[in-house]
Amino acid sequence: MTAVAAPPEAAAPTEPPVHKPSVRKRLVPYWLLLPGILWLLVFFVLPMVYQASTSVQTGSLEEGFKVTWHFQTYWDALTEYVPQFLRSLLYAGTATVLCLLLGYPLAYLIAFKAGRWRNLLLVLVIAPFFTSFLIRTLAWKTILADGGPVVAVLGKVGFLDVTSWLGVTEGDRVLATPLAVVCGLTYNFLPFMILPLYTSLERIDTRLHEAAGDLYARPATVFRKVTFPLSMPGVVSGTLLTFIPASGDYVNAELLGSADTRMIGNVIQSQYLRILDYPTAAALSFILMAIVLIMVTIYIRRAGTEDLV
Amino acid sequence: MTDNTAGGDVRLAGISKHYGSFTAVHPLDLTIPQGSFFALLGASGCGKTTTLRMIAGLEEPSTGTVSLGDREVTHLPPYKRPVNTVFQSYALFPHLNIYENVAFGLRRRGVKSVKKQVDDMLELVQLGQFAERKPHQLSGGQQQRVAVARALINHPQVLLLDEPLGALDLKLRRQMQLELKRIQTEVGITFVHVTHDQEEAMTMADTVAVMNGGRVEQLGAPAELYENPKTTFVANFLGTSNLIEAEVLESGSDDVVVSSAGAKLRLPAGRCSTTPQAGGKLLVGVRPEKISLVHADEEDTIAAGRNKITGTIADSSFIGVSTQFVIDSPVCPELEVYVQNIERDARLTPGARVVLHWNPDHTFGLDAAQAIDAGIETVEESA
Amino acid sequence: MRTPITWLRRNLVVIAGLGTLAYLILPNVVVTVFSFNNPTGRFNYAWQEFSLDAWKDPCGVADLCGSLSLSLQIAVWATIGATVLGTAIAFAMVRYRFRGRGTVNSLIFLPMAMPEIVMAASLLALFLNMGIQLGFWTILIAHIMFCLSFVVAAVKARVLSMDPRLEEAARDLYAGPAQTFLRVTLPIAAPGIAAGALLSFALSFDDFIITNFNSGNTVTFPMFVWGSAQRGTPVQINVIGTAMFVIAVLVVLAGQTIGNRRKKAQPK
Repeated sequence: MTAVAAPPEAAAPTEPPVHKPSVRKRLVPYWLLLPGILWLLVFFVLPMVYQASTSVQTGSLEEGFKVTWHFQTYWDALTEYVPQFLRSLLYAGTATVLCLLLGYPLAYLIAFKAGRWRNLLLVLVIAPFFTSFLIRTLAWKTILADGGPVVAVLGKVGFLDVTSWLGVTEGDRVLATPLAVVCGLTYNFLPFMILPLYTSLERIDTRLHEAAGDLYARPATVFRKVTFPLSMPGVVSGTLLTFIPASGDYVNAELLGSADTRMIGNVIQSQYLRILDYPTAAALSFILMAIVLIMVTIYIRRAGTEDLV
Repeated sequence: MTDNTAGGDVRLAGISKHYGSFTAVHPLDLTIPQGSFFALLGASGCGKTTTLRMIAGLEEPSTGTVSLGDREVTHLPPYKRPVNTVFQSYALFPHLNIYENVAFGLRRRGVKSVKKQVDDMLELVQLGQFAERKPHQLSGGQQQRVAVARALINHPQVLLLDEPLGALDLKLRRQMQLELKRIQTEVGITFVHVTHDQEEAMTMADTVAVMNGGRVEQLGAPAELYENPKTTFVANFLGTSNLIEAEVLESGSDDVVVSSAGAKLRLPAGRCSTTPQAGGKLLVGVRPEKISLVHADEEDTIAAGRNKITGTIADSSFIGVSTQFVIDSPVCPELEVYVQNIERDARLTPGARVVLHWNPDHTFGLDAAQAIDAGIETVEESA
Repeated sequence: MRTPITWLRRNLVVIAGLGTLAYLILPNVVVTVFSFNNPTGRFNYAWQEFSLDAWKDPCGVADLCGSLSLSLQIAVWATIGATVLGTAIAFAMVRYRFRGRGTVNSLIFLPMAMPEIVMAASLLALFLNMGIQLGFWTILIAHIMFCLSFVVAAVKARVLSMDPRLEEAARDLYAGPAQTFLRVTLPIAAPGIAAGALLSFALSFDDFIITNFNSGNTVTFPMFVWGSAQRGTPVQINVIGTAMFVIAVLVVLAGQTIGNRRKKAQPK
């Protein structure tokens, strides 16, 4: 048996031809990307450019707007609507923290304790999506109605005294107060917190809990040192998916709040759709975008997670 | 193989593969005769899988050509080559049942009635009753047989096997080795088998090519490679070798005489992979099972003309059929000796003075200019 | 020692989790209950008496069912558009190396990292500047745009976890590029694509903010609800909300039962 490692013909050790992958093959990814990326360029990036140009225009609806590089609009918009900006960030931030506090136990319950009820619980978290969120938000008007059972109980146990003292409710009313708006925001974005939390908790090997217990960690320590750190990707994407949309929301403030709870979203919406002061509206949405992007970037850097998608 | 001109040989001429500046396979010439069971053996990252993938068409060589018989197939896509692969961890289609997995290749080639062929093939691999199951419902060994059936049903000129037994436990692996060998003899197709397991390669293949660092170190029948390794890598990678650094005293046409730490050793000139020069260095090798061991008190019972080394037992492990000793000697710090357990000498315990002796014909010589421990760590890593 | 306090401590997570669930479900319960209400005024916020009137005549309010059907149409087309474009991008990103990968990644991520109102306003700026009539098409364009990123994320996750050797095995078994894609890649990536499509459908159907900015006089279902919050809420919107909820739960549960049955066949 002689399988020969055939020595190349001694006479002609010519260089073998060098092969390169064909051009057609190298173009495949670009063809795949082209339609979708084009769509995003035309309907996401280009609009930003138009909005940027709108924000430095002056004029009126009757005479038309012209680009005059009037950057003053930014300063005017920012100073005029400081309370609304601060309120947006405060409400969105509070709602995000509440979502995390409320959502974590439920995500934990579904991931580790639900057993055969797991799928049913997941369905119950997701299914409300299919009832229009506007209808569900309107339902809070009924739940929090003046003199209704919820408000009566909250008043009896002294909860409303505390919140009144904090300045987030007024007297016997919950509706049309900051509490109602934050309650609505928390409710609306809670599933966006629970689902990423559940996904990252579910991936944790439960043997890690046993190992930590075996290594003398008490249940609270197990949570602090093992479970919570491992669920960080879920915490980060959950808080982002809650905070970002909440900061620009105007539905909850409109339906559940009052003139005193207007958020920046309400201002942008009315400037664009009612007052028709396009430059101010454009400047406001750029300022909001800048604030959110800066906060998100800092947050992601601090949390040390880059792959969220 | 006597018939080297047969139409079905796999011929690799000067093929190489670069990824950027990294060279996975250096220009390589190899002829795999039709009908043979050929193994590419090496540690992970030695280029064996890349070579296999170039034959399959899954990787285009950077240079060189691949031919099947007289037909050059270098640029043919895999779906136009009469070559099929049994993939590492099998790559069975999870969404198709066993029957459809096996029928996949036939259907793609437009074969209308596949039922008889698929049933026959499932019988061959003894999986007839599992046709309706999904791959994840089968055990590892069953999945492996499906992967073989799925490839063989196409009657390829060459069947490529990429670490086909890597995911199986030891006992199942032994069983599948024999099974694959049986199938190969039965269907008579050329098998090219990639593995890091030297025992597997030696059990199954007619010819083994040992690869290291993108090159073929040595190629030959298993016994030939084992008895006459040409490099330290092969000597260490296939089984275990005791390699002794020695100085050449005489280099005759029949015998070479060397000395190491005062011990004079003799070896046949024909078993040296280099031409020894008197006064030069040589690595002298001997396999552990060729060595006999006696207590120092009985040195005079050793027949004349045998190579002899004295030392002390550093360690011994009893493993049933044999006892493995590690001997500490001035010639070499750790010599391994395997002694069959026929009549055990109770005095051979750690600390005992012993004499090692073996037939000079069982000694081989290697070029001293290479690393003495090449191939040792890689074996442990991939084991 | 099984005092009530230790019991409470042991089950704290369960109690808190169920509390959150109640908070999540309560509005749906209210919506359902009030779909049987017979309110006296224009608004359906206070309970009066039990009635099946709204259920007997769900389309009894002008424009309600028209807006519902428009929303469904837009959701279907937006889902198809976003799924096709997003799946192609996801495949390109997982299976190929190309220049500008990082830029593409950011471009996909940004729409998800931006308050919806910013995208809504900028799209309106584009349409106004280019003099495009607001309506069905502008809504559809906007919906495809913001659903796209979510499809990419869902499909990418699935394709990433797929063994590339499966496609190699198909090519090795005489399947050309098109056959490989149709017979192996697509069926295996299907759950990811389905998840992305389902998400797109839900996001599009329920979208309000972007639609509010770019719909002109066209009324989708959420727009109808928004308008009725100002003018008066008919009981019928509760009927439709309840029906959607029930249908969704049934569809998901049916899907899972089928999935479970398949799983049971496998000994593990």
